[in-house]
Amino acid sequence: MGLAEEVEILRRIPLFANIDPAKLKLMCFASERVTFKDSEVLCRQGETGDAAFIILDGTADVQVERREGTMSVATLTKNDIVGEIAILCDVPRTATVVAKGELTTLKVTKDLFFGLVKDFPEIGIEIMRVLAHRLEATTGELIAAKAGAGA
Amino acid sequence: MEPNLFKYIWKHSKRDQLFILVLVLLSLPFYFVSLQLPKQIVNDGIEGKGFAGPGSTQNFLSLDLPFGETLFGRPVTLFEGFDLEQMALLFALSFAFLALVIVNGIFKFVINTLKGQLGERMLRRLRYELTDRVLRFRLAQFKKVRQAEVATMVKDEVEPLGGFIGDAFMTPVFLGGQALTAMAFILLQNVWLGTVAAVIVLVQAILIPKLRVRILELGRQRQLVSRHLAGRIGELVAGATEIHAHDTSNFERAEISHRLGIIYRIRYEIFRRKFFVKFLNNFLSQLTPFIFYAVGGYLVIIGQLNIGALVAVIAAYKDLPAPVKELIDWDQQRNDVQIKYDQVIDQFHPPEMVDPENQKPYSESVTPLTGEIVVSGLGLVDENGNTLLNGVSFRAPLEEHVAVVGPSNSGKDHLTMMLAGLTAPSSGRVTVGDYDLRSLGQWVTGRRLSYVGDDAYLFSVSVGENLLYGLKHVPQRLSDALDAQERSSQEAESRRAGNITLDIKDDWIDYEAAGATGPEDLTARMIEVLRLVDLEDDIYRFGLQGTVDPKARPELAAGLLKARADLSRVLAERGAGDLVVRFDPEKFNDNATLAENLLFGTPVDPAYDVEHLPQNPVIVSILKSEGLLDDLEVMAVNIAQTMVEIFADLPPGHPFFEQFSFIAYDDLPEFRALITRTEKSGFKSLNEDEQARFLALPFRYIKGRHRLDLSEESSESFEARILKARHAIFDRLLTEDGSGPVAFYDPATYNAAASLQDNMLFGRLAFGRAQAAETVGTAMTEVLETLDLRQSVIEVGLDYDVGLAGKRLFQTQRQKLAMARAIIKNPDLLIVNQAFSGMDDGTRQRVLDRVLAARKGRGIVWALQDMENARVFDRVLVMDAGRVVREGRFEDVAGAEASDALAEAG
Repeated sequence: MGLAEEVEILRRIPLFANIDPAKLKLMCFASERVTFKDSEVLCRQGETGDAAFIILDGTADVQVERREGTMSVATLTKNDIVGEIAILCDVPRTATVVAKGELTTLKVTKDLFFGLVKDFPEIGIEIMRVLAHRLEATTGELIAAKAGAGA
Repeated sequence: MEPNLFKYIWKHSKRDQLFILVLVLLSLPFYFVSLQLPKQIVNDGIEGKGFAGPGSTQNFLSLDLPFGETLFGRPVTLFEGFDLEQMALLFALSFAFLALVIVNGIFKFVINTLKGQLGERMLRRLRYELTDRVLRFRLAQFKKVRQAEVATMVKDEVEPLGGFIGDAFMTPVFLGGQALTAMAFILLQNVWLGTVAAVIVLVQAILIPKLRVRILELGRQRQLVSRHLAGRIGELVAGATEIHAHDTSNFERAEISHRLGIIYRIRYEIFRRKFFVKFLNNFLSQLTPFIFYAVGGYLVIIGQLNIGALVAVIAAYKDLPAPVKELIDWDQQRNDVQIKYDQVIDQFHPPEMVDPENQKPYSESVTPLTGEIVVSGLGLVDENGNTLLNGVSFRAPLEEHVAVVGPSNSGKDHLTMMLAGLTAPSSGRVTVGDYDLRSLGQWVTGRRLSYVGDDAYLFSVSVGENLLYGLKHVPQRLSDALDAQERSSQEAESRRAGNITLDIKDDWIDYEAAGATGPEDLTARMIEVLRLVDLEDDIYRFGLQGTVDPKARPELAAGLLKARADLSRVLAERGAGDLVVRFDPEKFNDNATLAENLLFGTPVDPAYDVEHLPQNPVIVSILKSEGLLDDLEVMAVNIAQTMVEIFADLPPGHPFFEQFSFIAYDDLPEFRALITRTEKSGFKSLNEDEQARFLALPFRYIKGRHRLDLSEESSESFEARILKARHAIFDRLLTEDGSGPVAFYDPATYNAAASLQDNMLFGRLAFGRAQAAETVGTAMTEVLETLDLRQSVIEVGLDYDVGLAGKRLFQTQRQKLAMARAIIKNPDLLIVNQAFSGMDDGTRQRVLDRVLAARKGRGIVWALQDMENARVFDRVLVMDAGRVVREGRFEDVAGAEASDALAEAG
């Protein structure tokens, strides 16, 4: 799999969907493709993160540690992105991500991402738009949940 | 130094000058005879004058005693000579001429060689003396000295003196003699005409030097302006960061342009005046013949002078202008070099210098200092009358660790400099044991005390050499690189030129001072000190990046081969074997560049470096025969297109260009144009250089890293053909002894051109494997430790070149190395002025603790900024505004500080 395919995958992720393909290509080119073997850890809950991972191939397990033990909350597959919050702001990882079988990812570091946003503000605007949509959706859900709870 | 250049030259070379003079005088008779002989050959030998007829003879080579008749009343014949017929005489005279030509040539050769030798020897002496004086400047003097100016004075400005020194005395004697002879001859022929000639020569001799006064003055200015230019250019280099950071490059350009303009104007005026003087000189020289023709002719016509005398005078005058002109030139040169000399030595006469006795090469061992440091009433006033230190007094046993705490203007750095004997106090004194520090020479202070400043300088040599720098006071062991005869002849030459006779090639390291017995156990001691200052790991890493010659260190090369095997086994055991993709002669390595895959080795000859491969005829012919050139062309255009596309909008100087791009920002437009042309009329339409620029791209391409999905590379046959080309290159370039232009990878041999690390890996880290570098690095360290090779790797690291002023090291590494350099000589008192400013608090405290622990019971005085660091010291002095304001144990002093601060706040 080469650069062109990586760009295609990125375009399917909402966060990057509207960004100029040439810029996505630059991002892919400058990013490292990292492969993990079965049960190797991409990121660990509580640690500070410095990169987001885009799943190019394989599956990964998202686990949350609770007092009563580790709990699998989601499974990631091709075209999923994980850890994108970490490249936008400094928060600890909210979950641990473990490879299930051979896993290929594209590792987009915070430095690279911020560098690109600084050089090409239109990327920043796109990201802002996506985040605003998310916020709106979350707010909607919250209102619905509150309404549900109130009823 | 002697202010008069002539006295200086005479003082140091009178014997040689006189010897050459004698040779010149000896050569003169031969020279005159050789001028005489052609006439005799023509008259007697060829035209046969003096031969009565066929068969008659003439005498050849008869020699009468000069003035024999006056002395003895009759001619005294020393040698009867031979009677020869005309033909025989012709050949005899001709061969005599040839012999004289040879003799004259030999004289000239010997005299010129001796003059050259004399000049060079004096130049060596002069340069040595100047450098010697620089080494004896007081440290305060260096604040006023620009290094580039000193360098240009010692190197360039004295250079013309070398050429002049050989002629300094010879020329006036020789040319003066010639001129006087010709003058006397003219006077003998006719007093009046002679007087005319003499008057004009006098006018020349008086007028011309007068006109040249201004030229000399201009020359003096030119020298100063050029020297300052050199100083400024040195500053441009030293201040490059500031110039870039403040966008002042154009200010600097204008400044330099201004200086160059001044130099231009000075030089132009010099030329104008010089050529005018030349014109005048020539005119005066030709004025004399005019007078001879006009006045002499008039006298002949009215019968006052006979024609023969006039012709003789005119003939004799031919010999006069040349020596006179040369004498005037010599005088000009003399003035010139005298000025140069004045201007140079002027700069080397500071008001105060270190007494040579103070720096003498003392080869006995120096008794350690013991007892107490007593500082009494120490004061320091700078040249502007500011008081920097004021009545500082304290005493401390030499075994104690003393911290001097205070802000940067508290005077603590001046105090440490004085304790090290580097600055002389304006009042008061420092005694250590029984000695006043001022009475001790550098041969004591430099060995028994150690000073480390905050901006310690590293020399542009290896880490190891820098570490041992403080142990090189005098030669300790003679080197066997020179045999006794060579050594004594070199020493004799040094002595003749007034140079020091110590030999730099000897072993200067004072092993004993370092606590070692010889080179064998010194390395262990060096590593110990490096560990003490927390530098061992850094040097170990330098070692991994370094190279070794397996012939010089076969045991290390063998060990590393073992490590190569072990590393691969250890990684495999840990299930991490695939983190390193090994070099396999029969496989294409996705994690190496295409160039590496092709050469399958490390280039030794620069012609095989990546950027030169497209123009390397061997490589190109092999690529062609494997049909790879076409694929590479398509790949090249593909890569260029991608690069131009994705890097197009990035601003210039963006770090991405450095990190990721195959093409520099400045080259992007050109590549864009080239791509357009290629798309229109094909790759072949580019010229050879342009093609080579394109073809350099795929050689840098790493399939696993760059993932550009080039269709050519994915074809199975591409990699197979690369492998075939690899074998073809191998067959073509492999030599018996492995000394070819490429050091090939061979699983069973050590690669001298590759780093230790690459030799161990014998492959490339797999791209995109999580934690690959860390996992492999750890395994590598473990393997080296098991094989007991860590020390050897550090030894290789000791050869790492620190670069100019240590710029290849980080600031903290420089500071640690400087500290190690001060510690390794085991001084009686270690004096530290901050020295760790670049380090984070944790590292600083850790190294400080370790240094203090290692020097338990041996003196330390350490100037610190932060009271917290002083906790581990026996005694603390608190300084402020040039005074000691508090002294005592840390608990007391720090407690008092705190309550003061509270009181102030309250």
